[in-house]
Amino acid sequence: METELIARIKQAIADRTPLRIQGGGSKSFYGRTCLGEPLDVSGHAGDVRYEPSELVLTARAGTPLAEIETLLAANNQMLPFEPPHFSPPPPGEGPGEREQRLHMDNAASLSPALPRGGRGQATLGGMVATGLSGPRRPWGGSVRDAVLGVKLLNGRGEVLRLGGQVMKNVAGYDLSRLMVGALGTLGVLLEVSVKVLPRPAEERTLVFELDAATAATRQIEWGRRPLPLSATLYEAGRLYVRLSGSTQGVQAAHAAMGGEELRSHAGAWERDASALWAEAREQTLPFFLTDAPLWRVSLPAAAPALPREGLTEWGGALRWIVSDEPAEAIRRQVAVLGGHATLFRGHDSTGEVFHPLPAAMLALHQRVKRSLDPHDLFNPGRLYQGL
Amino acid sequence: MTPPFITALRATLPPQSLLIEAEALRPYECDGLSAYRQVPLAVCLPETLEQAQAVLRICREHNVPVVARGAGTGLSGGALPLADGVVLSLARFNRILGIDADNRLARVQPGVRNLAISEAAAAYGLYYAPDPSSQIACSIGGNVAENSGGVHCLKYGLTVHNLLALKVLTMDGELLDIGLPALDSPGYDLLALMTGSEGLLGVVVEVTVKLLVKPERAQVVLAAFASVETAGAAVAAIIGAGILPAGLEMMDNLSIRAAEDFVHAGYPVDAAAILLCELDGANAEVSEQIMAVREVLFATGATEVRTAEDEAQRMKFWAGRKGAFPAVGRISPDYYCMDGTIPRQHLARVLKRIGELSEHYGLRVANVFHAGDGNLHPLILFDANQPGEMEKAEDFGTDILRLCVEVGGTVTGEHGIGVEKLDAACSQFTAAELAQFHAIKAAFDPAGLLNPGKAVPTLHRCAEMGRMHVQSGALPFPELPRF
Repeated sequence: METELIARIKQAIADRTPLRIQGGGSKSFYGRTCLGEPLDVSGHAGDVRYEPSELVLTARAGTPLAEIETLLAANNQMLPFEPPHFSPPPPGEGPGEREQRLHMDNAASLSPALPRGGRGQATLGGMVATGLSGPRRPWGGSVRDAVLGVKLLNGRGEVLRLGGQVMKNVAGYDLSRLMVGALGTLGVLLEVSVKVLPRPAEERTLVFELDAATAATRQIEWGRRPLPLSATLYEAGRLYVRLSGSTQGVQAAHAAMGGEELRSHAGAWERDASALWAEAREQTLPFFLTDAPLWRVSLPAAAPALPREGLTEWGGALRWIVSDEPAEAIRRQVAVLGGHATLFRGHDSTGEVFHPLPAAMLALHQRVKRSLDPHDLFNPGRLYQGL
Repeated sequence: MTPPFITALRATLPPQSLLIEAEALRPYECDGLSAYRQVPLAVCLPETLEQAQAVLRICREHNVPVVARGAGTGLSGGALPLADGVVLSLARFNRILGIDADNRLARVQPGVRNLAISEAAAAYGLYYAPDPSSQIACSIGGNVAENSGGVHCLKYGLTVHNLLALKVLTMDGELLDIGLPALDSPGYDLLALMTGSEGLLGVVVEVTVKLLVKPERAQVVLAAFASVETAGAAVAAIIGAGILPAGLEMMDNLSIRAAEDFVHAGYPVDAAAILLCELDGANAEVSEQIMAVREVLFATGATEVRTAEDEAQRMKFWAGRKGAFPAVGRISPDYYCMDGTIPRQHLARVLKRIGELSEHYGLRVANVFHAGDGNLHPLILFDANQPGEMEKAEDFGTDILRLCVEVGGTVTGEHGIGVEKLDAACSQFTAAELAQFHAIKAAFDPAGLLNPGKAVPTLHRCAEMGRMHVQSGALPFPELPRF
């Protein structure tokens, strides 16, 4: 398949035809609309190389993320950044039924379930191209932190091995991490190597009933203590905190922090802890089920609250806002606080989706793009207009 | 006659910020890799951002190459001056601009020492994680340029994992903000690209680093083994058991003996190899993990396992490891430190081959190994006063690095390519990959004036060495100049 892809790119150079790279299509909603002939790379899958004691996994970019996570789980390991799939639910379980099962306590607030993902299964390549990390990110690192190397097909039709399969590697410029979040605008990912981690022996989710201001203060306080935090979620008066680590470490932290444990299908909350974090990651919580514009706001964790803050993750560093306010107004407020805002869902994807770059930075981005993709073949405009 | 660019620099910089006398330039002739020396035309020590911008603009206008320099502790010659160039020292950018404890970050100037950040953060119960062995002297700007590591990389990552933002000057003197004080930023990940770019893409003038909460407790276990193979198997078993040590270091017999003679750490001098395994976290968690690690170590055949009894003994165990380089320096007139990384599963094979090469070249080698992350530091012992020994040591080193690439590793884990490993880099990259690196360089620095000739070998150099893959006799990028 690699040979075919090279031939397609050489042809595209000759025809001057832009290409729209397609993996599983689960995150096709993300970013700007881009035109081009579809280049289906989902078939470039498999060839998984994985030695658990090395903490490294390598596979072709079209390999389904679900397959990789199953393999890791069988070896008691995981992708430390807990990536969202945004894949459609498996057959036999409609999103509606799942909502009902998981949110009995919130049933009244349920809006009609919307499909949260695109057409197909999330792939390893799409995970890297979108660079989206889940609830564990502030403590377990990001997709970009875990990427060790990629095999890339650049816009000259050349196959490049960038980075490698070892954790410490400073030979050559770090172009493999540059691919993370580039939304396919720099080349076609053929193969990816990522660092993986052991699963924690114990996970426990605590619930606190707190107003927003107290929840924020509490999280800042906890952030400055040596606690085994691994996820937080605040919405509508409830703060959920996940602890991960050794059994005794988690017990000691629970004792120090207080809060009630969210048990699996038991206790007062009637909500499954691991399902809660999966729902947060996959954005199937009721909060996300809206057609209105959904903003993803990334801020310093202790930054003050923004107007209309809906749901907060990452110890305060990631805030989701549903708002019809003009983009400029939202971005101005966020930029002042040292963050950036992305129009994540429910928007017109012909406008700018990502926080606009200063002129000098955009010009540098264009030169970097041209160095890898001199004929402007790959996903033109998916990230920014003119990139 | 004074070159016109010197006249322009003199008109811009205060007298104490411009060195041009031979005597004043001498201390800048090399960095930590003292085998390579070159006196530059001038050294600029700007005190303000505006002065640094002016230096770059003047050099750009006069087409003079610029080598940025931090503390000069680098081990690959990255800060080696150029005969026709200027050294831009960031030594006077030495202020900690702010510590934001609630957001766990520090804003610092590039000349601030690595350890000074942790010292300043200690008042808040925080620290900066990457700890290269030179941390008392090396500067954070240099750490960014080299993507420095240390002994805690398996759990806490390298410099690239502990940065949030940079302020960078381009060769045109333009100031760029890269990254944000948030966990991500819009656009391409130029923060990752800048990190480890060895001063070829821009000059770092401010760094925002992540700070971590100091763990409640750190404890170290020392285990002795009758062979390096069993020690290697123990490393795999610890990680296989789901334990992520904060540090996991291996030393072979020659390093053990040298270190023991030097610092009297209490190492078992008869062991073929020792492992130092550090665990950190909450008190209860560390106790639990110590028990688990001891069990694994005994099960994999450790002949002796010792847990540091107190903080003093823990520091002693580490002092031996951290003093391994100078310790080897005491038993040999000279040594040459290598820095390859390998997938850990090939450790036994690589060490066996290094042993064979040692016999072949007739030079001793002491192996110190960041076992957790696969980063090998073989120290080749030689005597530069013996004719031909230095060349033999270099050939031996090149063979080791080629071996690292063969087993799927890399020629440099944390020291950088610099000037030292340009030839070795030829064996790791294809012509297309090298051409891509040069194209990236041109996107940032079209005139090629920032630290030229370092980090990425020219296609010509590799072709001459016969190590580059040349497809159908044609080199890519025929339009690029070949040096």
